[in-house]
Amino acid sequence: MTYEVSIDGKTHRLELARRDVAWECKLDGRDIQLDAVLARRDVLSILIDGKAYEVKRERTATDMHLWVGPVRYAAELRDPRSLRERKSAGVDEQGAKKLIALMPGKVVRVLAPERTEVEAGQGILVVEAMKMQNEMKSPKKGVVQKILAAEGTAVNPGDVLAIVE
Amino acid sequence: MFKKILIANRGEIAVRVIRACRELGIASVAVYSDVDRASLHVRKADEAYHIGPAAAAESYLNIRKILEVAKRSGAQAIHPGYGFLSENAKFAQACADAGIKFIGPTAASMEMMGSKTRARQHMEIAEVPFVPGTSHGLQSVDEAEEVATRIGYPVMLKAAAGGGGKGMRLVGSREELRSALESARSEAQRSFGDNEVYIEKYIVNPRHIEMQILADEHGNTVWLGERECSIQRRHQKVLEESPSPLVDPEMRRRMGEIAVRVAKAANYCNAGTVEFLSDQERNFYFLEMNTRLQVEHPVTELITGLDLVHLQIRIAAGEKLPFTQEDVQIRGHAMECRIYAEDPDNNYFPSPGKITLLLLPSGPGIRRDSGMYEGWTVPIDYDPLLAKLIGYGTDRKQTIGRLIRALNEYFVGGIKTNISLFRRILNDPEFQSGRLDTGYLDRLLAKAPSAEPERSDAGIAAIAAGLFAMLDSAATSSNGTGVSQATPASGWKKAARLENLR
Repeated sequence: MTYEVSIDGKTHRLELARRDVAWECKLDGRDIQLDAVLARRDVLSILIDGKAYEVKRERTATDMHLWVGPVRYAAELRDPRSLRERKSAGVDEQGAKKLIALMPGKVVRVLAPERTEVEAGQGILVVEAMKMQNEMKSPKKGVVQKILAAEGTAVNPGDVLAIVE
Repeated sequence: MFKKILIANRGEIAVRVIRACRELGIASVAVYSDVDRASLHVRKADEAYHIGPAAAAESYLNIRKILEVAKRSGAQAIHPGYGFLSENAKFAQACADAGIKFIGPTAASMEMMGSKTRARQHMEIAEVPFVPGTSHGLQSVDEAEEVATRIGYPVMLKAAAGGGGKGMRLVGSREELRSALESARSEAQRSFGDNEVYIEKYIVNPRHIEMQILADEHGNTVWLGERECSIQRRHQKVLEESPSPLVDPEMRRRMGEIAVRVAKAANYCNAGTVEFLSDQERNFYFLEMNTRLQVEHPVTELITGLDLVHLQIRIAAGEKLPFTQEDVQIRGHAMECRIYAEDPDNNYFPSPGKITLLLLPSGPGIRRDSGMYEGWTVPIDYDPLLAKLIGYGTDRKQTIGRLIRALNEYFVGGIKTNISLFRRILNDPEFQSGRLDTGYLDRLLAKAPSAEPERSDAGIAAIAAGLFAMLDSAATSSNGTGVSQATPASGWKKAARLENLR
């Protein structure tokens, strides 16, 4: 299997094949001898030349992070053969952007109603959780096309709060 | 002894008290709000009753409802934990009126300590040291100069009606005093409609050190050693330890004796904590008394070998303290990390949500008091304290080493926690040297992290990303472990599924 893996925004090419208990692995063209065991769901034990790594996987509604020891890496995985993935990724970058809730909470204020022009990083709505208010900021410069969560709405991670065109 | 106790709380402290009940052979009754049905304290208790909606005012603060459940379940006593109703004198009184024992001090002691001015009057009679200054408003600049000269600069001018830093002025020398007093007065007038301003000695780099006391209902009061709580963010304690690196046996004895005097002056019974502000020269001043069990009580338990919750229950049942002051021995060093659901990369904003992966530390010298479990969704409605990780060792150095090791074993996935903050604090040379004050953490956070772990394992992460994807797909047929199709991580799997549909 060949993957395009992006770690902290940097893209790597990874080739992986399973040979009984061992793995054949090539990272950016370099052969790597490795042994891997899935210790439990989301926890991987990897041995490379006798050096031991424990990797933990964390997935939220919107992204994936991998922890190698105490260090957290933002990871994205693509199978280059999957055209659908590429296409949808391409559209996202230019067209409308969604403002997604990262945590459960309640919308307490809408700062930029529909059809308002906003700068990248400008607050669109305020979500309250655990007695603290958090401004949800526009992912891009543009116009607020739609507010999908009115004041007073309870939201969950992954919910689309607004769309900026 | 009681046969059944109701715990009017939630989270890790409710679990802590339920465990003590079980150890003593007492049945436990939990109460829960709408969003806490699946919380750990409900799972651990012998009985559990719903008391209302998520909003604390309608559930965990609902005195009528809680007393109703206590009566219905036949509970003879109520443990309030900390927060919520724990320092509510009305609740303590309502329990007494209903014939249910409140595990804590009487309403009268609580009321006395709850009012700053009344507490101060009683404490003055008990000859408890206060930060030097005037306890009344300043009449004139001359009076201000006279007092400031007597107590020594720097001094702080404070609005009597004040709060939130309004009407406060730090004055370093006599030349600054007149204009500072005028501006503090006009600011106090504008902010609070009252221009009364008093003066206090300013403690440079103060430390927050508190003393644990226990009092039975037969007039016996003991002190159990101090806790250093100087590591704070926004006046919220983050890490506590005992003994304090500053306190020597002589200071400990003095502080302990004063704390016992404070408790006796308030006719205090059960567990309580007397808070002091200390300067770096070991002069300390009374701040206030907390009339409840503290979050950080485990550090005292570890260094004294006592179980404070057991003792609270036994005292409430009318027993005498089973030991004297001379029996109390302080041994080793303990430190507590408060694990909060908050995001260190987003200004420590609360981060509730579902815990998707939980790996727990164990081994020598490690205690965990926790209210969370894997698969549980941290509700948005309450304090973000998830758990406490407490380390114990022969000395401070060993304790720090054990905690750093345990923090590296600890993993909470799905939500953000402040675990990385503790790695930073515990590895910081200034912290390790024990030179602490209440400004320490703000200074540390203002600095660029020097010991930022190297990000040299990106290649390992890349390989792991692929391995996870392939091992997931191997396991896909057996179960769906809640991996949603929207997860970018499963892009490959999504494609494979689409293939299968064709």
